Amino acid sequence: MTWVGKPLKRIEDEALLRGRGRFIDDMDPVPGAYHAAVVRSLYASALITGIDTSAALASPGVLGVVTGRDVADMTKPFPAAIDTPVAYMAAAVDEVRYAGEPVAVVVARDRYLAEDAAEKVVVDYERRTPLLTPLDALESGSVASDRSFVYGDPVERLSEADLVVRHSFTFPRWTGAPMECFGVVADWSPGEEALTVWTNFQGPFTLHTVAAAALGLTRSKLRLITPEDSGGSFGVKAGVYAYVVLMGAVSRKLGVPVRWIEDRLEHLAASGASTERVTEITAGFTSSGELISLHYDNVEDVGAYVRAPEPATLYRMHGSLNGGYKVRDISARNRVVLTNRCPTGLNRGFGGPQLYFALEGTMAIAAARLGIDPAVVARRNLVEADEFPYTTPSGAIYDSGDYPACLDDVLTVSGYADRRHMQADARKEGRWVGIGIACVVEPSVSNMGYISLAATPDERAASLPKSGNTEGATIAMSPTGGVVVQISTTPQGQGHRTVASQVVADRLGLEPGDIEVVSVLDTHVNAWSIASGNYSSRFAGIGSAAIAKAATELADAIKTLAADELECSVEDVELRGGKAVVKGAPDAAVSLRRIAGRAHWNAESLPAGVSPGLRFTSFVSAPNLAAAADDDTIASSAAHGFVADVAVVEVDRDTGSVTILDYTSTHDAGTLLNPRLVEGQISGGFVHGAGVALLERLVYDEDGNLITSSFMDYLCMTATEVPPLRSSHIETPSPFTALGAKGLGEGNTMSTPVAIANAVRDALGIEKVELPLTPPRVWELLEAMP
Amino acid sequence: MKPPVVDYARANSVAEAVDLLGRYGDESKVLAGGQSLIPMLNMRFAFPTMLIDINHIKETSSVEVHEDVVVIGATVRQSGAQLSREVQSHVPLLAQALPHVGHFVTRNRGTIGGSVVHADARGEVPLVLATLGGQVVVVSASGRRTIEAADLFVTHFTTSIADDELLVETRWPAPGRSWGYAFREFSLRHGDYALGMVACSVHREGGVVQEASVALGAVADRPVVLKEVAASLVGKPLNEPAAVAAGKVVTESVNPSSDLHASDRYRRHLAGLLTKRALLAAWADSGGDLS
Amino acid sequence: MDVSVTVNGYVYEEAVAPRLLLSDFLRHTLGLTGTHVGCEHGVCGACTVIVDGTSVRSCLMLAVQVDGSNVRTVEDLADGADLHPLQSAFHDNHALQCGFCTPGILMAAVDFLEESDSPTREEITEMLSGHLCRCTGYASIVESIHLVSRREGTKE
Ligand code: FES
Ligand code: FES
Repeated sequence: MTWVGKPLKRIEDEALLRGRGRFIDDMDPVPGAYHAAVVRSLYASALITGIDTSAALASPGVLGVVTGRDVADMTKPFPAAIDTPVAYMAAAVDEVRYAGEPVAVVVARDRYLAEDAAEKVVVDYERRTPLLTPLDALESGSVASDRSFVYGDPVERLSEADLVVRHSFTFPRWTGAPMECFGVVADWSPGEEALTVWTNFQGPFTLHTVAAAALGLTRSKLRLITPEDSGGSFGVKAGVYAYVVLMGAVSRKLGVPVRWIEDRLEHLAASGASTERVTEITAGFTSSGELISLHYDNVEDVGAYVRAPEPATLYRMHGSLNGGYKVRDISARNRVVLTNRCPTGLNRGFGGPQLYFALEGTMAIAAARLGIDPAVVARRNLVEADEFPYTTPSGAIYDSGDYPACLDDVLTVSGYADRRHMQADARKEGRWVGIGIACVVEPSVSNMGYISLAATPDERAASLPKSGNTEGATIAMSPTGGVVVQISTTPQGQGHRTVASQVVADRLGLEPGDIEVVSVLDTHVNAWSIASGNYSSRFAGIGSAAIAKAATELADAIKTLAADELECSVEDVELRGGKAVVKGAPDAAVSLRRIAGRAHWNAESLPAGVSPGLRFTSFVSAPNLAAAADDDTIASSAAHGFVADVAVVEVDRDTGSVTILDYTSTHDAGTLLNPRLVEGQISGGFVHGAGVALLERLVYDEDGNLITSSFMDYLCMTATEVPPLRSSHIETPSPFTALGAKGLGEGNTMSTPVAIANAVRDALGIEKVELPLTPPRVWELLEAMP
Repeated sequence: MKPPVVDYARANSVAEAVDLLGRYGDESKVLAGGQSLIPMLNMRFAFPTMLIDINHIKETSSVEVHEDVVVIGATVRQSGAQLSREVQSHVPLLAQALPHVGHFVTRNRGTIGGSVVHADARGEVPLVLATLGGQVVVVSASGRRTIEAADLFVTHFTTSIADDELLVETRWPAPGRSWGYAFREFSLRHGDYALGMVACSVHREGGVVQEASVALGAVADRPVVLKEVAASLVGKPLNEPAAVAAGKVVTESVNPSSDLHASDRYRRHLAGLLTKRALLAAWADSGGDLS
Repeated sequence: MDVSVTVNGYVYEEAVAPRLLLSDFLRHTLGLTGTHVGCEHGVCGACTVIVDGTSVRSCLMLAVQVDGSNVRTVEDLADGADLHPLQSAFHDNHALQCGFCTPGILMAAVDFLEESDSPTREEITEMLSGHLCRCTGYASIVESIHLVSRREGTKE
């Protein structure tokens, strides 16, 4: 490989640096589109007893007002993986279930006028008492799903345990808060009964099916087009599909194209959030620290509705209930509850932060109780290098790795032993320094079938088995030898176009700069499938594989043509320097331009096996993902990276501030496609993880109103709060992905919150910590200490 | 998040602004730096019918040093004051506080006068004005008057400046040698509203405190000047025990409320802690011996 | 109201409503979509542009306020094919991912480096704390600005 693996600079940068990016609000795909403003519920729970739109309709520049009732007349409830007790519609009809829920849409000449009119829509509410926490919801019986899973015999093993840790962990609601909010331009074609929508949606394209179903459209009548650029997502923009339906219905009702650009207040209140999860762990350990029995009792708040793909947050990690450990006897009870808060959805780490906050927290607590160094406890339990591929109790197939080597590496790089000495010295001086460890398995390339675990095996039997994870790509060579690649991975800053150019350049013997990569996904044009899009870190594992396959097909066609031209066998042809060359005879060569010219200009002359056009579309799917089995096991992801972290913190006893003195993270993400981009992903994922550890949380008042409703109160990490990060790598290529690569952008969002929490546990000698660890909350912990 | 319908007038002189204020009164809002006002418009928390833009008034855009007072015109930018040599050498307390006001870019636009008039109880600039016992000068059709800082801040976002009055200058006492100053605040992120904030000045003579001023922000609906605490320092060296004692009094006497980010208990604790730290720093700044 | 303003060296004469935000004016009236909008309440910094030589939040100004002014946006930074040194440094150090925050940070940094001769890393970090970036984790941005600040002859 000449290019893959190189720290190439990005081809995306040139346009973005010049302000020439093309984000949704930079585009005017349908001239004359009207602007929408959404009227939103003021209450977390209320009946709608009346809506008066007359004043709004009379407001200047207003074209129309579409109410939830109107929307309901044109749409159906969104389907979800489990039967939901309450139907989820694109707008509320008779009842609002969270503050910020769409109630009506005002459409006007511009957004200013639309907002003026939106204020004049009078909605009468009859307020009810909202449910605001997972445990309140549980108590009130607001349970949407209740499933139990047993692998091995955890009860029996627990009775053999020397130490039982029972602890309740709560992972808070937070959000990725991408810098660009949602955007939708919807254009309904009357007569054709078809909808075209431009939107910064990010997949998974299963949600295209969900949106089409809600609109009552067959798939080909819903055309989604994503812009070239998207201003971050971190999962959140999967949720834009609900507005695809809402604005689609509005466009249909009013007969005009409609443009809706979400503002920040709307985004924080109503776009989505991570789940809040309460996990009661029961874990059994031997006296030497071996984890022998593990039970999770999960109560997962998905908000006001089960919004697809929820309850996926609870199942995305299902294959990895054991984390990186050898424990074989595991059980879990998963209850999904509904509250009166914004529906949840994808958020960086997706289920991982919640799972590991409980599991790795338990490991730290056990180590402290046993008086054994947590690194020793982790080491004792990690799956060994010679056990791969390793099938976990709940069915994941861990493809490759050397977890002990990763842990050893992070201990070495962080200077762990010295740190422990420094910690002891600091304690003597009265300083509260703590060290936390986290070891996490980071899955990537989801099996879309994992969500079917939310249904029982009998319920599953009634429908089509699901294991979708397919990705597609298209490559074409123009008559002059230019190469254009179309990807279906809807990047939001990850640099997919750059990596695609590297992958293709290697296969065609060109330079990355010779390759044009288009990231626009048009469902009428691109090669896509239900799993397409950008989530669960699927680009490295499978997006790149689809591109590699398409490029290989093109390369094979070129070689066949070249062999014909050079009168040699296909096997003797290699592509390099823009030419097809006979191996060992560098003078025998023909330019790609000439070959492309022939393919396009003289199709009649093409040798057998080469079809005209030089355009190839390829799909790939992971070899190791099957539908959920009757014993409730599932290979929930194709590839599994590993992350081992050491966090060193100091707690200021005066202010409660937690300062990260040092943070080291070792990753094994298989083959690194572009180390430069890898560092960017790790750094960003780390800061997200540190954010929820130290600052970020969505907070609601007792009426269910979001009080962290703007960027003044929702505290994103800024440059001054970001702790230092050192990263290090081990590469054990995945046997299940074409290039050996695994996802890596989510790992630190899974590991960092709990590594920091464990460090604070260690510093203070306590077990109970809640995120985020803001100074006032840590100070309260200190005050409560004996 | 778009501002509601509003009219706009640009005043090119104090006279023009006063005239506009006289005409529109409480229907209008003076638009200075806009770093607080425009967000309120964008969020539709405020609905003035007229914005009177004073950014182009030249008369109010300078910093002048008089005998014992520094006069900062109403439209001097926060960044301008921060970089001003006059402010740095004569009102060091303000110079210390300004880096905590918002961020580099917002300080480029935000004005000293605007911060004072906005009267946010968590504002650094009002706190410094209160600590130093400064004044503001306001002008209306009926003339010019001076308001003492002590009489200026009424409650959250409210001053004693009338609807038809325009703040034209802020006046900052500039005492001589042997004064020390310190500003301390604690916020969750740099540039955020503080959870606790203390400003103090100390006049040292003969190894003891001759005079002092201590004020707290973010603990009440306006800056709180703690005269008794200041008085208790006089006549003694400001050593660790003295500072600790003052901090303790502060913790016991302030009455902040809980909010999203911190409990009242925490804020009270923080007020005491920051008082202690600020006093020691001010004493050191005055040339005092810390041992 | 009529506004006459020079933006990136071109004079524009436009009639606008008094309440039109400068950010919307630049983006939608003039089509200069390089300036981004991430919050419209002055926190994120994505909308930062330079007005009369000083960096400001364009979401916190009205278009009518720049009547008679000179405005510079990210579209004006590069000199034809040549990127501004800050742009090059961002490219070289992978200081952008989605690029949504980037224009605002660049404009603030341009102003900042004109003001401070040789800022320390801490000063750069503090300046940058007025800008949110959710992708990069900031370190590469600090690094880029720091590198440019230490190179000679890069000031304009
Ligand atoms: S859009 Fe102006 S600061 Fe965020
Ligand atoms: S690069 Fe995406 S927000 Fe900064």
